[in-house]
Amino acid sequence: MIKEASIRQPLILGHKTYHDITNDIVSPIEGKAPKQWKIAITIAAIIALYGIGNIMYLVANGIGSWGLNKTVGWAWDITNFVWWVGIGHAGTLISAVLLLFRQRWRMAINRSAEAMTIFAVIMAALFPVFHMGRVWLAYWTLPLPNQFGSLWPNFNSALMWDVFAISTYFSVSLVFWYIGLIPDFATIRDRMVKPRWKKFYSILSFGWSGRAKHWTRFEEVSLVLAGIATPLVFSVHSIVSMDFATSVIPGWHATIFPPYFVSGAIFSGFAMVLTLLLIMRKTMRLEAYIHMKHIEYMNIVIIVTGSIVGVAYLTELFISWYSGVEYESYAFINRFSGPYSWSYWMMMTCNVISPQLFWFKKIRTSLVATFILSIVVNIGMWFERFVIIVTSIHRDYTPGAWGEFHPSTIDIGMFIGTIGIFFTLFLLFARYFPVLALNELKTILKVSGESYKKEDNKKH
Amino acid sequence: MANKVFHVMYDDDQKLLDAAKALVAQGIRVKDVFSPFPVHGLDPVIGVKRTRLAIASFMYATTGTLLATLGTWYFMVSDWDWNIGGKPNFTWIENAPAFVPVMFEFSVFCGAHGMAITYLLRNGTLPGMPASNPDPRTTDDKFVMEIVTEQNESMSASDIEAKIRATDVYELSIKDY
Repeated sequence: MIKEASIRQPLILGHKTYHDITNDIVSPIEGKAPKQWKIAITIAAIIALYGIGNIMYLVANGIGSWGLNKTVGWAWDITNFVWWVGIGHAGTLISAVLLLFRQRWRMAINRSAEAMTIFAVIMAALFPVFHMGRVWLAYWTLPLPNQFGSLWPNFNSALMWDVFAISTYFSVSLVFWYIGLIPDFATIRDRMVKPRWKKFYSILSFGWSGRAKHWTRFEEVSLVLAGIATPLVFSVHSIVSMDFATSVIPGWHATIFPPYFVSGAIFSGFAMVLTLLLIMRKTMRLEAYIHMKHIEYMNIVIIVTGSIVGVAYLTELFISWYSGVEYESYAFINRFSGPYSWSYWMMMTCNVISPQLFWFKKIRTSLVATFILSIVVNIGMWFERFVIIVTSIHRDYTPGAWGEFHPSTIDIGMFIGTIGIFFTLFLLFARYFPVLALNELKTILKVSGESYKKEDNKKH
Repeated sequence: MANKVFHVMYDDDQKLLDAAKALVAQGIRVKDVFSPFPVHGLDPVIGVKRTRLAIASFMYATTGTLLATLGTWYFMVSDWDWNIGGKPNFTWIENAPAFVPVMFEFSVFCGAHGMAITYLLRNGTLPGMPASNPDPRTTDDKFVMEIVTEQNESMSASDIEAKIRATDVYELSIKDY
């Protein structure tokens, strides 16, 4: 058996057996829904319904009900899209990249991070899809034979690349997540007493029986999927950034965009994972599995990616001056001193200064500080997209066309609504699905379990 | 003589691994093992071959690349040649850099989904399939080894049973089938 260095902190605290792991994760599903969960899902569902109402109004009345105008033709819709896609980057990164690097701590967080990814990508997709106006024609983005003659979508367009990138990312993440869930559903199926729920989990578990050959295949599939999902994670946000970078708008036309967007996505994704996990571990009593070490590791990822983002902001600023292109430099001067400078400074404070606080061990290992900072980072990353998008276009080449963007109630309602839909889905997941990859956790129990490590240390 | 199936249960993965090694050394063929998680090191002992799913995935991905190449050529060059700002669009190769993202994404799409579907079909794990583990505890914390007399005809059933009992067994069930 593989042994771990004794100075490395255990990943599973306390004296746990295999059965305890099953119990700890499955019993919340078997029991009655707690009152807090009912209250939370009611609030989330009301917000979700409000959002759906706004979307219906939008479809009925057209894109004119957003606050867009002829100068700012892209604003909250694309901001929210990029924000949600960015959040949706942590899950697959955690499960794919950390799997390739054999990071055992990922096992406590990968399941819920992947669920978050999937729900966030669904929320992201809502914005461009409804921006099409006539959503029932959304399938026109696919190269399907049609009655209009030789009419195909333009494969030179970054927006077309996005269609492929997002749909591949979503479907591959979903499959990756579900293949990991199958054995855990089987565990629930075999424990369930109530016949209806047994049937439900029996269908979800696809008849998984845990045969040796199946486990071999399972591990191979996980590894290969991780291998191909890793470049996928990097490609998706690179392609999202090309929506801007391939245009000729000062402030968008920058080669730094792909790496800058990818690290920003990981940065915001980890922040959202932290926000959700800190609540989940407390309410579902998972402190033994998701403890300070996990949170510290995630905070370290936030320092690294946050610093990359900070360097990218400064590089952009420097290059805009160094380029000598007056349109380019004006775009940046306008960013930090124009009518939207408040959002620029908000972004700078939230994304560049606040993650640097994690250099202090006291802050990095404090639950309250981590929770607050994770929300601050999410706010900052929303403003980053807003700054990039709106400040670059609201002052056009001709001053006569200058304008400003003011969100309409439909803009705001749709954005808040997606947060409601996201939380409704996440709460349903937390209630009915195994929130930790429990069978994977069992494989690290003897290597990284606290009591096993102690026994091991005594022997040496 | 009726065929007998032995379901030997262990309460620890290490005990299962030791027992499998001991039994195989004595010439017993283990038909299958049911476990709640992958037991590393077990496959070579009980003779499970390495899966070829990775190769399958590579072939699916290559198919995806080919289809995307063919598709971009047909849609953008052959069927209706687009002229966008005078950029060279009349040959596929000159325009290929713009097609790389779609070709990459489509390769990943085919590789991942092709492999996932093959995996589910080969396992026989599909929606609505019945579970076949002999004991519900094997998805929790118990490990069951399945041995059938049919595959061990050189030994008598009582002989096999004696050898099994010599290992660190938690529970043993013997059934006719």
